[in-house]
Amino acid sequence: MMRSLLALLSGGLFGAGLFISGMTDTSKVQGWLDVFGNWDPTLAFVMGGAIVPMAIAWLFTTGRKPIVGGEFPAPPEPKLGRNLVLGSVLFGAGWGLAGLCPGPAVASLSYGGWPHWVFFAAMLTGMALAPMARAQLDSAIPAE
Amino acid sequence: MLNAIPTDWLFGLGGGLLIGLGGAVFLLGNGRVMGASGIIGGLVDGSGKSNLVERLAFLAGVFLVPVLLYPMFSEVNTHATTNIAVLIAAGLCVGVGTRLANGCTSGHGVCGISRLSLRGMVATVFYIMAGGLTVVLFRHILGVI
Repeated sequence: MMRSLLALLSGGLFGAGLFISGMTDTSKVQGWLDVFGNWDPTLAFVMGGAIVPMAIAWLFTTGRKPIVGGEFPAPPEPKLGRNLVLGSVLFGAGWGLAGLCPGPAVASLSYGGWPHWVFFAAMLTGMALAPMARAQLDSAIPAE
Repeated sequence: MLNAIPTDWLFGLGGGLLIGLGGAVFLLGNGRVMGASGIIGGLVDGSGKSNLVERLAFLAGVFLVPVLLYPMFSEVNTHATTNIAVLIAAGLCVGVGTRLANGCTSGHGVCGISRLSLRGMVATVFYIMAGGLTVVLFRHILGVI
């Protein structure tokens, strides 16, 4: 119960932040990526603003346990790899095309109109196909 | 127009702080990394069955709070394209790409960079570069978006 309430609170803060910051406005995201057009630096302020409380939270994890118990996530693996790079390039291409990424895609469903539902459905389809794509890739060119 | 720019930056900064606060609650409360693509993807491909309710509760918050905020703001326009082919291609790329890379703007970007994760930083550099090239190609050269 506690776990679900905290998840709801976290999602609510995330949704509020995405809405208020303007990150569900595709023109602001594409404006940030459009360095040769009318460049919009808003996204840098959003990222900067988000990283500060998050960095403090990470510092706070040392020597402690999560409120609901269990363990904090293990330190990140320093291992890069083909899937990380290829996946990020693919994600970036889609992000640039529509100006939407997974968080804002959910946050904007209620007021964005039908284009947001089309994007959302395609994104879910892509996520469902991803394990197959990963297996195909790994059998064609072993990751390492 | 010039007067409007700093307001956008302030809203960006304030909204960003709320996003980071959301990530801090998910981490310190539930011990989990707040990554939107992972939370959604785990529901889609069945890998997130063990914490299904937590995922749904999180997404309910993301979906519902804007419903409450929407009436308080005038002129909310997402300027999304109405080109169905572009929407579908973009959605597929974002869906496959984020799952292949194991993260998106929230997981790799916000949560990764803030703990100085090399993977998060490398992913962020690549998706921003790919996004920039895509906008240049499809907006300025092909004129599609």
